[in-house]
Amino acid sequence: MQSNPLAAYDDDNGAEGGCPLSTFRPIDPQGVLVEPNAARKWAKIQYLAQESRIDVLDTLHARGTGHWGGAASAAELLTYLYFAGMNVRPAEPKWPDRDRLVVSKGHASAMLYTILAKRGYFPLAEVRATFRQLDSRMQGHPCMNKTPGVEMSTGALGHGLSVALGMALAARVQARTYWSYVLVGDGCLNEGQTWEAIMAAAKFRPERLVLLIDYNRVQLDGPSAEIMPLDPLPEKLRAFNWNVAPNPVDGHDVREIAASFDWLRVQRQWPAAIVYATHKGQGVSFMTDTAQWHGALVDDATHAKARPELLATLGRLEAAL
Amino acid sequence: MNRTVPTTAMTSGRDAFGQALLDLAETHPEMVVLDADVASSTKTLAFGKRHPERFFNVGVAEANMADIAGGMATCGLRPVVSTFALFLVLKAAEQIRNVTCYNNLPVIFAGGYGGLSDSYDGASHQSVEDLAIMRSLPNMAVVVLGDAIEVGAALAEALRRNGPTYLRLGRNPSPILFAHEPPLQIGRIRKLRDGGDLTLAVCGMPTVMAIEAAAELAHRGIAVDLLEVSTLKPLDDDALVASAAKTGRVLTVEEHSVIGGLGGAVAECLARRQPVTMDFVGVEDRFSESGDYLSLLAKYGISSAAIVEKSLRLCAAKR
Repeated sequence: MQSNPLAAYDDDNGAEGGCPLSTFRPIDPQGVLVEPNAARKWAKIQYLAQESRIDVLDTLHARGTGHWGGAASAAELLTYLYFAGMNVRPAEPKWPDRDRLVVSKGHASAMLYTILAKRGYFPLAEVRATFRQLDSRMQGHPCMNKTPGVEMSTGALGHGLSVALGMALAARVQARTYWSYVLVGDGCLNEGQTWEAIMAAAKFRPERLVLLIDYNRVQLDGPSAEIMPLDPLPEKLRAFNWNVAPNPVDGHDVREIAASFDWLRVQRQWPAAIVYATHKGQGVSFMTDTAQWHGALVDDATHAKARPELLATLGRLEAAL
Repeated sequence: MNRTVPTTAMTSGRDAFGQALLDLAETHPEMVVLDADVASSTKTLAFGKRHPERFFNVGVAEANMADIAGGMATCGLRPVVSTFALFLVLKAAEQIRNVTCYNNLPVIFAGGYGGLSDSYDGASHQSVEDLAIMRSLPNMAVVVLGDAIEVGAALAEALRRNGPTYLRLGRNPSPILFAHEPPLQIGRIRKLRDGGDLTLAVCGMPTVMAIEAAAELAHRGIAVDLLEVSTLKPLDDDALVASAAKTGRVLTVEEHSVIGGLGGAVAECLARRQPVTMDFVGVEDRFSESGDYLSLLAKYGISSAAIVEKSLRLCAAKR
């Protein structure tokens, strides 16, 4: 092991190497977890997700590498899952009865790590200081043997649903009742393997297998309507004998995400899918709904231009807390 | 210790595999079996009928099958993934690499119909690249079974390993060679004959041919050190190096391309530790065709006669 990689890191909200940036008041994640009032909890998760966008932008800027578009797209979904949707124990990451989430769109790694850190799996400072660097636990794409809380190594697209199906079938064989979630994006749905798994899941019908689609309609090279059209997505899934949540679900509105999970909890037909309408790069106007910021470098100028927008939204969300 | 080929029992690798799954099912409740619409061919069907809750026929979808197994393995199950070797290894190569091997998951991949053993189906079904690919994947153990007895031992041992294992099986009946030997150990070479003139390193069904060739060579005054190298990775380096140091000549014999299989593994090891004169019996860099199994093997360079011929040439050359 090298010397503590965090020692040189000053938790400065991403201002390293540049001019000091205005800070924000981080919400106490524990307070989000224990909030008893549903409306207030959703408001806090909404805030936490936006806060995570700023953390991710700062990390990508500080380390000069990583994917913004797909990470920003999944902020609310990932935050909701770890702070409300899933039963997990950060102090005991391998607890056998934990709910599983396979983040099949592994390029959202910066957002996943940021939210796992806020949930208590490891220090947030470690994400910012070591993301994508040598000897780090924070690999470019998620690695289950390096990062606590990561259930499956992903990055190459199309694996997630097959893996989650395996987890759900293992639950059946072992008479366990955990949930198996998989988060996919447009790119995963281009892969033939995903459709093999869609067929197989509808054959075996394991309980509590849930496909969450971060349907932001943009992939690396451009709009999915141009690169590989996926519409009509819910109809396709229904034709493959999946139980699909009523649409549309706004994947950036935590109240709507919560409502979609309320729907999920009373289902008896498996497998189930929820299609979330999302925006790639959500949160920064000039980075939204474009392939340009799939994985482009967040340089000083971009960072300085994007961050105030995220902060302004955060301020509005703070007023609603 | 000199081995001869028994003329009695003939059993196929696939029949032995199907029986081994049944034999191990009770003592390994965590074992599950997946197949891709060839369960009646690979002989996993009997397990599926006896243990339907632990058997998953995923249809003709090898990539999906490999990753379902990966997900199961993260939850404590011990999946055995079965289909034809060619389709398993090449159609699911990226899944085996990125899910099973990258994460070092305990999944057993049973590649049936290995080598040219699906002889009549032709080049589209014959697997002579699988060992090269599987051997190049970190964490993967690669085991080629030489007879039916070895199949059960290898499966039992693979279930005890904490990482991925590739077991390569043949389709057709072949002689029982190891009924009265200590069971196969993954990672250990078996010495079948002791000699000082030439090392024959063999895996899989051609072990029979190598035993015959060694006897023929003995008549011609050449003493063969005959090694059955069932595990290509991790290779039993020390046993191999000791033999090569003694004989100074090594001929590898396998039902695989001469690129990247047993020959590659042996050459990589000896180039570093004990460089010697070498040659390779296997399929040259070309596609095969349909035909009777043994005739096909012979046409593509795998026979006792070919082993004898290459052995004589090696022994005629300077060490």
